[in-house]
Amino acid sequence: MTGWRALLGRELRLALRHPADTLAAVLFFVLVAALFPFGIGPAPEALARLAPGALLAAALLAALLPLDRLFGADAEDGSLDQLLLSGLPPAAVAAAKAVAHWLTTGLPLLLATPVAAALLNLPAEAWPAAMAALGLAAGFLSLLGTAGAALTLGARRGGVLLPLLVLPLAIPAVIFGAAGIEAAAAGLSARPYLLLLAALLAAAMPLAPLAAGAALRVE
Amino acid sequence: MDHASPLAAEARPPAGRGSLHRFANPGRFLRLSGRVLPWLTGAALLALAIGLPWALLFSPPDWQQGETVRILYVHVPMAWLAMGGYLALAIGSATALVWRHPLADLFCRELSPVGATVTALCLATGSLWGKPMWGTWWVWDARLTSVLVLFFLWLGHAALVRAFDDAERGARMGAILALIGVVNLPVVKFSVDWWNTLHQPASLTRLNAPALHVDILYPLLVCALGFTLAFAAVVLARTRAAVMERRVRALQVAAARRAEMPTGDRMAGSVG
Repeated sequence: MTGWRALLGRELRLALRHPADTLAAVLFFVLVAALFPFGIGPAPEALARLAPGALLAAALLAALLPLDRLFGADAEDGSLDQLLLSGLPPAAVAAAKAVAHWLTTGLPLLLATPVAAALLNLPAEAWPAAMAALGLAAGFLSLLGTAGAALTLGARRGGVLLPLLVLPLAIPAVIFGAAGIEAAAAGLSARPYLLLLAALLAAAMPLAPLAAGAALRVE
Repeated sequence: MDHASPLAAEARPPAGRGSLHRFANPGRFLRLSGRVLPWLTGAALLALAIGLPWALLFSPPDWQQGETVRILYVHVPMAWLAMGGYLALAIGSATALVWRHPLADLFCRELSPVGATVTALCLATGSLWGKPMWGTWWVWDARLTSVLVLFFLWLGHAALVRAFDDAERGARMGAILALIGVVNLPVVKFSVDWWNTLHQPASLTRLNAPALHVDILYPLLVCALGFTLAFAAVVLARTRAAVMERRVRALQVAAARRAEMPTGDRMAGSVG
């Protein structure tokens, strides 16, 4: 466990020393959200109608950006081999990577959600639901994406393959997340949808690191 | 040089010794499949020669859907094959991962483009059927969405397996991906039961409707049998071609190596 915590600490320190990466993902998220009003016109009702899905889609795309390099940098300088030799199970290494990805990408996206929600004219009473949905969906994507990054590690065109593998499996998160935000915007309870989203996350939590670990072990 | 030459065996890592590996011998596989393939192809052609005219010409039109019901005879077998094929991919992948079965790797690699084609045909025929029946080419219904995800999984597998310079690594990554994608299979299967409330209900009442009339059911079953046999024949032929391709490459590499070697070493370095 101490090794795992040390690994997580290393990932977070690395992210803190390159804050531009995190910032780029957040900026991308806000920019994509800002593109929608230009695309469909600034009519407030139309925007509000579109906001839940647009938020989710923009967040997932933004969270995909850093996945490409999740294992790539470590594989290039050999530290991935060191990690795999460290005695930590490969699944634990993958889990630490997933948690670090969520903390460095999912969490900042969560904090930027009100900005993007305001741009998309989402009613303010739906903002908490939007933040909860985005946090859970980003966690789901972090787990899926870690598995995808491990699978495409060393592949030609890995950066193009990764979204192709990960995004179809992320569709359920978009469905439940957007439904939850929509319910909250309509004055209903977002709870059932958020619970379904949390169930997805709970199912992916043990499975995705195992798959990623199995892929990492092939060296 | 006869086909039991060790050259082909040299190209792959030595397999473990188990009863399953009786079929991992590429020479034995080629002999066996070469004997089965003509019969499989013949049976597929025969079943389709009976099934397709029966379904498309001689079976009665539906009292509600009219002639468009004939899309069913292609659409449903393709849907079954898309899912059954994925199950075969998952079983092949598990075999490849657990027993390091080299033929299972090749089988999975050659299966996924065929599976993707079949799933695309299922989606295309469904779309053509949806236009006159539902009034739209596409609905974001749970069943359609999950089959679309299945299609992307097929494509993703086909692309991932071929994306590595090291074919063995690609096969292993593809196998893990195939096993991850298995979670989608029950979703496809039960989507029409689970998601009636979230998405528009009664899009696919076909499955809830009373059993098909025998006039439709029998030609459908013959068509399904024919398409399944044809699917198996295509995959088997592709796997055979892949084994032979690999053998040709191994022979070429060995020949190139021998040509590079100085004359004195030739005897010592010879593998034949």
